Amino acid sequence: MDRFFHSVTLDADKCLGCTNCIKRCPTEAIRVREGKAKIISERCIDCGECIRVCPHHAKKAKSDPLSIIENWKYKIALPAPSLFGQFNNLDDIDIVLTGIKQLGFDDVFEVSRGAELVSDATRKLMNAGVLKKPVISSACPAVVRMIRVRFPDLCDHVLPLNAPMEIAAWIAKREAAQKTGLPLSEIGAFFITPCPAKVTDIKVPIGNQKSNLDGAIAISEIFPRLSHCMDKLTEIEPISQSGVIGVSWAGSGGESAALLDEKYLAADGIENVIRVLEELEDERIRELDFIELNACSGGCVGGVLVVENAYVAKARIQRLRKYLPVSQNHLPGEVPPSMRWEEELEFAPVLKLSSNLEEAMRMMEEIDTICGELPGLDCGSCGAPSCRALAEDVVKGVARKSDCIFVMREQIQNLANTLSSIGGFVPPSHGEKKEKK
Amino acid sequence: MSSIHLHYDVPGDDFTRAGEASTGVKRKLKQLGYNPDAIRRVSIAMYEAEINMVIHANGGVADVEIYPDRVDIEMKDTGPGIPDVEKAMQEGYSTAPDNVRSLGFGAGMGLPNIKKYSDQMRIDTEIGKGTNMYLSIHVKE
Repeated sequence: MDRFFHSVTLDADKCLGCTNCIKRCPTEAIRVREGKAKIISERCIDCGECIRVCPHHAKKAKSDPLSIIENWKYKIALPAPSLFGQFNNLDDIDIVLTGIKQLGFDDVFEVSRGAELVSDATRKLMNAGVLKKPVISSACPAVVRMIRVRFPDLCDHVLPLNAPMEIAAWIAKREAAQKTGLPLSEIGAFFITPCPAKVTDIKVPIGNQKSNLDGAIAISEIFPRLSHCMDKLTEIEPISQSGVIGVSWAGSGGESAALLDEKYLAADGIENVIRVLEELEDERIRELDFIELNACSGGCVGGVLVVENAYVAKARIQRLRKYLPVSQNHLPGEVPPSMRWEEELEFAPVLKLSSNLEEAMRMMEEIDTICGELPGLDCGSCGAPSCRALAEDVVKGVARKSDCIFVMREQIQNLANTLSSIGGFVPPSHGEKKEKK
Repeated sequence: MSSIHLHYDVPGDDFTRAGEASTGVKRKLKQLGYNPDAIRRVSIAMYEAEINMVIHANGGVADVEIYPDRVDIEMKDTGPGIPDVEKAMQEGYSTAPDNVRSLGFGAGMGLPNIKKYSDQMRIDTEIGKGTNMYLSIHVKE
């Protein structure tokens, strides 16, 4: 699999070549070329901001169709806790879980159970003092990818634990194998996802060679059929085995609150996340133990593949968790290897100008010169998100300065002036005789 | 040896803009693919110096010269000067006013941090005239 596979893709037929997405992208990964948005693969972190902002719905997240589950003998659904916030007047998680089984799954395993184990493991590792503080959550794959391309010094602060969905899938598959006698290869685990970054994280994981999951189905895809199934239920199975801690991971602040330690910060929304990362990098944030960062406003409930408004969903989850026990999943002893990342997070310097420093310095001087000659309006008409980005593209040889309509206008003006001066020219053979002074 | 020169005016009348110059330098260094350890030290040392200049000296100017193997920083102000440099270099010593302390500044770690993170540091100061600070951060392979 391509290291830079992306779930976020473009529907070229719907793209009008407007510039809404290029200005919103936090890694400046989009350019408009020949009337269509083009994603620069190595820069994209799958945060989904472009999907959110595109007025023509031309940006899509490539998640798996529900029919994918038919390829496995035993099918397990792993719903993200954010799913529970999508339904009005829901007072029992088991209604959702029983409903999911009606969609064709043999079993359901809540990702919130994995979340409770991650919380437990984080508390244990933090108490043991083996992590570099402040510890940065690794739960949001868009944030981890952002750190990987932009914040080299923070890579070793990222919590080296698998995300809740991975841990939930690992346990669910083994439990199913024991129950059915089937080999693991015939058991499929599918994440019911609120976000495209999770889809990418299953295809090309960070921290592990291979994901424990076999696919990711968007909440928005199953929502209509699932609500229908939930309405028709005659019997509700007692499936749920998670508590307040696991379910609260759906919203920003949930993961931190689960650490039972006040020295934390929880930021959400990609711009806010970047600001916090910048300050962390400069060691301006001190005396904190834990940093929870979610690329989406509101946390996972704000993912682009959900159907409900993030804040409404969060309020519903608050109500839903009211009568739940604090936590129903605990680690019996030490943090097992299956929960840990196999590989360290390694910096991928995709934003640097050149691998040769002298060359990069020469390029930067050229960029500064060109940038000074551009109007500084950041209008986006050239297809780059800002004048500076155009200057960079020019120096990299992938754009021309005259892609700027203001530069072009100046060139036309000069041309017109030249033409008019030539237009007034009269050859000496036709002109009046000049008077001698 | 080729170098890149950067110049910043650090305004003294707007505390909310303090730190913009050092953040700008950091962004440039990252794009150059500069040594990450050096970037970190440059941004912290320059940030502290910039904050000091805003808190104590009503702003000033910053000139940065980026070389392949080092970054030189010159911070000049026309503020009150530092009466006792040795004392100012002590950890925890601060003359910052209360209004910035409530924002978490003025912990008396500014100059000690600058010293800790830079490879060369020189302070020329004159009471009533101002302070010039020269810093050099070297790339260590």
